[in-house]
Amino acid sequence: MMRALVGLLAGLLMTTAVWAAIETYQFDSPDQEVRFRQLGLELRCPKCQNQAIGDSDAPISKDLRAEVHRLLLEGATDQEIKAFMVARYGRYVLYRPPLDRQTVYLWVGPGLFLALGIGLVAYRIRLSKRALMQETPS
Amino acid sequence: MRRMLLWLPLAIFGILAVFFFRGLSLDPNAQPSALIGRTLPAFQLMELHTGAMLTEADLPSGPYLLNVWASWCITCQVEHPYLTELSKTLPVVGLNYKDQRTAAQNWLAKLGDPYVLHLFDDSGQLGLDLGVAGAPETFVVDASGVIRARIQGEVNVRAFEREIAPVLAAGGSR
Repeated sequence: MMRALVGLLAGLLMTTAVWAAIETYQFDSPDQEVRFRQLGLELRCPKCQNQAIGDSDAPISKDLRAEVHRLLLEGATDQEIKAFMVARYGRYVLYRPPLDRQTVYLWVGPGLFLALGIGLVAYRIRLSKRALMQETPS
Repeated sequence: MRRMLLWLPLAIFGILAVFFFRGLSLDPNAQPSALIGRTLPAFQLMELHTGAMLTEADLPSGPYLLNVWASWCITCQVEHPYLTELSKTLPVVGLNYKDQRTAAQNWLAKLGDPYVLHLFDDSGQLGLDLGVAGAPETFVVDASGVIRARIQGEVNVRAFEREIAPVLAAGGSR
């Protein structure tokens, strides 16, 4: 019984090897490989909303990784590669969209909500302080 | 002031209700195509059956549909009857996407062939230039060869009325 359980657990451990995308890309320099990884994290998989192409197993992600690799070897800059992807898949593919009229809420929204929250808390504290002052006879 | 605050939960509910109601009819998978308003990208692909070289010059004069399909794609089979019906009045170009030639040929032989032109894109290069994320996808091209709409997923009556009919109503051009 115990042995079967251990065997099962060991088997489960091995399955992780299947998840990881195994691809071998050749690079001209270690710097290129770093950029490849970075772009893999910043470009979004068009088919799977919340995954970057670097950690997605979708066929389209595989194609896009190959395309990024090809462009890198051709000497394209990161900006050029991103522009290439945006021209085809729209700004949806960028995990860090540029700040402009359309994305302004995306960028300043969290800050606005934070300021609103801090303001609300500060207001409540002032109110309760005042109430406290009135209760305590001076 | 205090009395006004009583209305706050209702107001918040109202705002959330508007957003959630809108969310009901939004498809989070639908993305606007980056190619709307542009002409088809240049390409060089083989014809599915003969292997002859085809380029963008071989495309029909519009309006027409460019349907991205593959024999491994289940939804392509689902939309196939409707697409066949459409093809009687509107030319449909087939872009066979990341498929195997014999599998694709068998698929057409079995289910019928609605296409006026067969592009064989086994590497997915034109698919990539079109921003295709997966099959099926259908592009609506107007009389001047400009992409006017993109349908991700099944082409059906609803997609026709929402995406294709407006382009045709505009005389296939704008």
